[in-house]
Amino acid sequence: MKKKVIYFIGFLVTIGILSAITFLPLPSLLAWQSGFLSRAFFVLTFCFSMCLLRIALGPTLSDRAVAIDTLGILIVGFCAILSIPTGRDWYLDIAIAWALQSFVGALALAKYLEGRGFDE
Amino acid sequence: MKPRLILFVFMFIIWMFLGWNINTHNVIAGLLVAGVITLVMGNLFASTPHYFGHGTKYLWFLWYVPVFAWECLKANIDVGRRILSPSLPINPGIIKVRTTIKSDIGLTILANSVTLTPGTLCVDMDIEKGFLYIHCIDVGSYDMDKYALGIVDKFERILKKIFY
Amino acid sequence: MNDIQYIAGYALIVIGMGFDVLGCVGLIRLPDAYNRLHATTKCITLGTCAILFGTFILKGFCVTGAKAIICAVFILAISNVVGHALARSAHKSGVKLCEKSAIDKYKEDGN
Repeated sequence: MKKKVIYFIGFLVTIGILSAITFLPLPSLLAWQSGFLSRAFFVLTFCFSMCLLRIALGPTLSDRAVAIDTLGILIVGFCAILSIPTGRDWYLDIAIAWALQSFVGALALAKYLEGRGFDE
Repeated sequence: MKPRLILFVFMFIIWMFLGWNINTHNVIAGLLVAGVITLVMGNLFASTPHYFGHGTKYLWFLWYVPVFAWECLKANIDVGRRILSPSLPINPGIIKVRTTIKSDIGLTILANSVTLTPGTLCVDMDIEKGFLYIHCIDVGSYDMDKYALGIVDKFERILKKIFY
Repeated sequence: MNDIQYIAGYALIVIGMGFDVLGCVGLIRLPDAYNRLHATTKCITLGTCAILFGTFILKGFCVTGAKAIICAVFILAISNVVGHALARSAHKSGVKLCEKSAIDKYKEDGN
């Protein structure tokens, strides 16, 4: 019973935040943003806050490692959306470099959790 | 010599895609960077160079891509349905699957494909005996051996044509 | 042609963001680290690849589109390996499977 109440509250909050992002008339934050892309940034910010919540309350270190890796992949999508209205191609350079750096970081974290040396 | 040449050409093509403009500076910088990478990495990339000349392997790989994409889409819809349903219908467990692929690159691509199929995640592999340990999100009421065959053999049938 | 390009590109971006939201909700809801890896390796990977393909379709064959394709291929190759490594390290460092789990062949084999 208690679990169903928690599920229902979470469902309402999620739907409420997403519909508020989608339907409310937002003031345009920067001059070049069209309405769609500014809302896309808010949806991805919602995803980032979910990952940060998991990093804050994950019970073990592995959960935090999973959330950090997820955050790295989401930032790649953020950079890709950012390159559409500006037309700058170096945002995707940042995306590629961030993906590779996140890969190396996650592998090092996995080796540390496994209890092996870095030279194996 | 041949694996180094394949690595050199591959790195140069990636560099030209990243730079996109074909002019003198770009080509010279690409040749330098690809040469340095080839000197450092050696023959780690292409350990079996004679397989790069077989034309039928490329055709099998082209057939592998849509099969893989369809499985990936099904996986996402399956995981999304499980996440959104209120009672959280999961029944996880780690099972053991036998595979017959022997080569390193074939096992790597098989494990990566298994990770993207619905409800399975490769945890570890035993290379000598040929076992994959797979974490399933829904073990279910299947017969264990029968279910274990159904996970792998879609990809294994095609991958055995490409890698040995 | 231009209208079809715009509609297909923005539709792919919307689909990708929907899968991203699903993956992040799964990251909160599912019970243990292995099940969370199921959500992230599948949903987040396909969502981000859909956003990158949408960028490619919106921009066409230019420097941004080529970089988007290369980035999508990198992510498809990377996230599986990271999921594999994190699952193995979680099992080696002693993270238990959740209470609903039925079977653990990996522990039975003495690893």
